[in-house]
Amino acid sequence: MAHEPISTPPISTPPAREHGPSGLPLDPTLPVASLTGAQSLVRSLEAVGVEVVFGIPGGAILPAYDPLMDSPHVRHILVRHEQGAGHAAEGYAVATGRVGVCMATSGPGATNLVTPIADANMDSVPMVAITGQVGAAAIGTDAFQEADIAGITTPITKHNYLVTDPADIPRTIAEAFHLAATGRPGPVLVDVAKSALQARTSFEWPTSVDLPGYRPVVRPHGKQVKEAARLIAAAERPVLYVGGGVVKADAAPELRALADLTGIPAVTTLMARGALPDSHPSNLGMPGMHGTVAAVAALQKADLLVTLGARFDDRVTGELSSFAQGAKVIHADIDPAEIGKNRAVDVPIVGDAKLVLAELATAVAAEFEANGRTDIGAWVEQTDAWRRTYPLGYAEPDDGTLAPQHVIARIGAIAGPEAVYVSGVGQHQMWSAQFVKYENPRTWLNSGGLGTMGYAVPAAMGAKVGRPDAVVWAIDGDGCFQMTNQELATCTLNGIPVKVAIINNSSLGMVRQWQTLFYSERYSNTDLHSGDHHAAHSVPIPDFVKLAEAYGCVGLRCERPEDVDATIEKAMAIDDVPVVIDFRVHRDAMVWPMVEAGVSNDAIQYARGLSPQWDREADSDGVSSDDPAAQKVIS
Amino acid sequence: MSRHTLSVLVENRPGVLMRITSLFARRNFNIHSLTVGPTERSEISRMTIVVDVESQPLEQVTKQLNKLVNVLKIVELEDDASVQRELLLVKVRADASVRGEVVDTVALFRAHVVDVSPDAVTVEATGGPDKLAALLRVLEPFGIRELVQSGSVALARGGRAISDRALRSA
Repeated sequence: MAHEPISTPPISTPPAREHGPSGLPLDPTLPVASLTGAQSLVRSLEAVGVEVVFGIPGGAILPAYDPLMDSPHVRHILVRHEQGAGHAAEGYAVATGRVGVCMATSGPGATNLVTPIADANMDSVPMVAITGQVGAAAIGTDAFQEADIAGITTPITKHNYLVTDPADIPRTIAEAFHLAATGRPGPVLVDVAKSALQARTSFEWPTSVDLPGYRPVVRPHGKQVKEAARLIAAAERPVLYVGGGVVKADAAPELRALADLTGIPAVTTLMARGALPDSHPSNLGMPGMHGTVAAVAALQKADLLVTLGARFDDRVTGELSSFAQGAKVIHADIDPAEIGKNRAVDVPIVGDAKLVLAELATAVAAEFEANGRTDIGAWVEQTDAWRRTYPLGYAEPDDGTLAPQHVIARIGAIAGPEAVYVSGVGQHQMWSAQFVKYENPRTWLNSGGLGTMGYAVPAAMGAKVGRPDAVVWAIDGDGCFQMTNQELATCTLNGIPVKVAIINNSSLGMVRQWQTLFYSERYSNTDLHSGDHHAAHSVPIPDFVKLAEAYGCVGLRCERPEDVDATIEKAMAIDDVPVVIDFRVHRDAMVWPMVEAGVSNDAIQYARGLSPQWDREADSDGVSSDDPAAQKVIS
Repeated sequence: MSRHTLSVLVENRPGVLMRITSLFARRNFNIHSLTVGPTERSEISRMTIVVDVESQPLEQVTKQLNKLVNVLKIVELEDDASVQRELLLVKVRADASVRGEVVDTVALFRAHVVDVSPDAVTVEATGGPDKLAALLRVLEPFGIRELVQSGSVALARGGRAISDRALRSA
């Protein structure tokens, strides 16, 4: 791994032009005898194949922005806040599979990147963050705009660098991109002292990276794969527990092949929505705190978990000690530290999900051939029955207002499975994971691990830059939207026509839901007054339509169920500027099903006060209720 | 709780110690002692980390350490298959009346007096934790003015070196 050559993109330029505007050879991998550190940095980004950088200049990074202006290869998109640059780089990376790049100056520019860096670290997003640092001689003196960003980001990056010698720039950039993209992907920060950007140096692009302490294992151990195949063939109640690693590894086709071969029921976590089509008969949907009853129940009752690029997150397992107690565990992950971290494992497999799944399918087929397999027909029937009995649902509000779930389901239906959906964090995120039907990987982007409100707008911007031909919908909350909506200016000015659906319940909805359920309906500091629900605040602040228009977007508002489709279609018809729709939705809608934090998944509630009856055979109304009236409030 | 000694080869670069201590803090691992110093190769440093393992299994500690790019190799050194030493400097009250007694005690432990003043001697001792604890127990009655103790340094017994294959490229 350590000595793989760094691939460089073909440069498609006419042979006559051999020098760029900077006077340097146009092929960025050619050596240059004398140039500035800043030129070396930009040239390194070109050599590694960067096509777009999201960022904001400032004092310490200023030298780099001069040659950046001349780069024939790298497009820089000027954002309005560094957090926007970071999430845009993430959105670009997740939507395309390439490394996302963001750039900021020292001090506050760098610290504003901390949230997206932490986000990328939690969700294994390949990202390189480049920051300026004060001059080498000033480091440690509390100089103007000095912050120890390498120190600050050490616990939230895969690796980071502080470069003070300009000669180190090409090698460092090559290593940073290699680290970000390979193994378990993640963010790498490169902090470059201003003095190194200004100094003269020479440029030589390294032909390979040499990282003796970094050798990710990608090829799975054959013996472990065979053992896994043996367990799969012998299992009576197996489940494919599919995590985001399958998407990261571009292993959706291999996953589908294994699912088709075995017929084993599958669950796709929040990070893996789209890894297996929702239309696939084996897909039981999302597990976890707000997962489907079928997915949660299947994991709980399984006798074998085939865990693929997932990490037994607390939002999936609920109370860990009571999670899938009867199950043996096969755990395949590129990161050996994930294996055995939360859950003891019977068969560990370290490797790239794409290779693991391919080899596993071969081994399973051979095992079936040689020794037959246990019949899982009854189990598949049972999981299908759960799926039929407890489908995702919601009640239409009886006051004629919009059900947020309906809005989101209609966006998914009208924009279709080829569109890219990006959410913020909260109720709208869960509904987007539940009610949009995903058929393709890399079409669902969200902040899963860190739970970063404000992710949607800038990440959608990055996704649209990476996939300009795709329709990109940000499905955002009114709280989230107010954290990062300034990037709409970036979208309008740079021709990035994203579509933003604000699921506006005039409150911090998920927190409000918890206050409803666990804090006696005492709504402390969750009313945002961004809808018009209260007479005392009849004028919503802000007016999202005016705000959209102020940013040069088309602003639409939808308040009645009968207008939902027409509004979405109107937005779909606009493809030259961003569109923002203020969907005024019912504020008491809640996300169901739900497993309360820290309790066993066995205690899942299908709706408030409604617990599924696990062992009910088939399609009778397998719902028990301690409150007969509760049937009405599935909202 | 169990205690384990890890020998860790790391790249000799700025910030590596910070990365390791930061990792221990973030993952809620307990360091009992940590020593770091140069090795026979200038580009590699060697750390001896004694960890107290409670809630987290040792395997998590080594796996997380291995994820650090600057960490080259980790070996657990078992007590009976390794030599483990700490260094102790201790200043003991000793005027002329008891100095001879102190010096005799020190000799029993194969330690040395490295500094003498009219009312105190400074003793240097090396050994495992048990030996140094025993020495301190015996010196205690004379009166201990101050002491400083290093973390453990350790090498495996036998002819092989852990660094032999550390830079092998895969």
